[in-house]
Amino acid sequence: MQKIYNSAAEALEGVLTDDILIAAGGFGLCGIPELLLAAIRDAGAKNLTFASNNAGVDDFGIGILLQTKQVKKMISSYVGENAEFMRQYLSGELELEFTPQGTLAERMRAGGCGIPGFYTKTGVGTVIADGKESKMFNGEEYILEEGLFADLSIVKAWKADDTGNLVFRKTARNFNPPAAMCGKVCIAEVEEIVPRGSLDPDTIHLPGIYVHRIVQGTHEKRIEQRTTRKREDA
Amino acid sequence: MAWDRNQMAARAAQELEDGMYVNLGIGIPTLVANYVGDKDITLQSENGMLGMGPFPFEGDEDPDLINAGKQTITELSRTAYFDSATSFGMIRGGKIAAAILGAMEVAENGDLANWMIPGKLVKGMGGAMDLVAGVGRVVVVMDHTNKHGDSKVLKSCTLPLTGKGVVDRIITNLGVLDVVDGGLRIVECADGVTEEELRAATQATLV
Repeated sequence: MQKIYNSAAEALEGVLTDDILIAAGGFGLCGIPELLLAAIRDAGAKNLTFASNNAGVDDFGIGILLQTKQVKKMISSYVGENAEFMRQYLSGELELEFTPQGTLAERMRAGGCGIPGFYTKTGVGTVIADGKESKMFNGEEYILEEGLFADLSIVKAWKADDTGNLVFRKTARNFNPPAAMCGKVCIAEVEEIVPRGSLDPDTIHLPGIYVHRIVQGTHEKRIEQRTTRKREDA
Repeated sequence: MAWDRNQMAARAAQELEDGMYVNLGIGIPTLVANYVGDKDITLQSENGMLGMGPFPFEGDEDPDLINAGKQTITELSRTAYFDSATSFGMIRGGKIAAAILGAMEVAENGDLANWMIPGKLVKGMGGAMDLVAGVGRVVVVMDHTNKHGDSKVLKSCTLPLTGKGVVDRIITNLGVLDVVDGGLRIVECADGVTEEELRAATQATLV
């Protein structure tokens, strides 16, 4: 089965439509599927719901789809650093479902594993618990959270082989594996596609069973907070 | 007289014991890393890393290597990377011994509010709700009063909660308090702060 596509736009053909739920990998601007986000903007799909930890910044990441008003709803844990997001949210144009970061990751992982719900202590006694079923286990209260089942997953990896086995790099792994797992179709954009057999099978982070389409490209990889120390300090 | 930011961080570092895996929040808690001394502490960054190193030298920044505050950092010889589900699995699963984090309000029953002020800009809770619900011990480091001089150590929180009954210890510029049955207990006063001053700045019940 041929999984390699020539461009992000080609990889989205037939799977990107209006009104779908898209799970996106990335944390802040680190490890985000920037090529696929740009291609989604260019394709013009509307009324999209994104499950993504963050919403990018005004001119990068999911922020570019907010500029074009293609996003109906965000399922996220943290949406600071984005003025256009705040404007649309406060004016009622954009829906927001705050989900604690670990609960969001587990909702994705659970969805990918065929688990429709799980109990967690996270959010008990807070607004997050409002309207959710709760249950006592060993004398402690837990709330029911639901698995996420996305129509489409878009993720960024470092390397792929042609069968879709993925390797991530450092903290750019973050939400990418759970986001990849919870989609009916997963598209991975990578920095390099290598011949099968050249990745050590023991070091593959996400098996190709979760990855249906692959596209290689050049990434800007923007840094959100550039923090350094002076060499004299060493 | 009271503790400054660095003195609060240094006091918070005393909470850490050799061998601990610890998560440090943004702000003053980040400074705690400067005061661990010879103790063997592994810092977790909840975006998917154990063994967080210092900021990189100028020119060595790597966009694939950031902390939970989105700042560029470095790795150490002990570093391990993992995905977000695994990261919060170890948090929710109680594997992280302690979290040191900032707060807007803390109540005498251990309630913590640090993520939202209604009517103001809402950014989100990030991983804070997961951390306070999951880690072994929650230590709050914050100023004792807000910029209007009102106590942040309250009988009950007025802001939306991050966690209910989750705080174990509070370290402020005025001293150290523990959450115990019936209220808060003064553990120590900051340098140059009297117990009367600490009591006067505290709205919560002291026992």
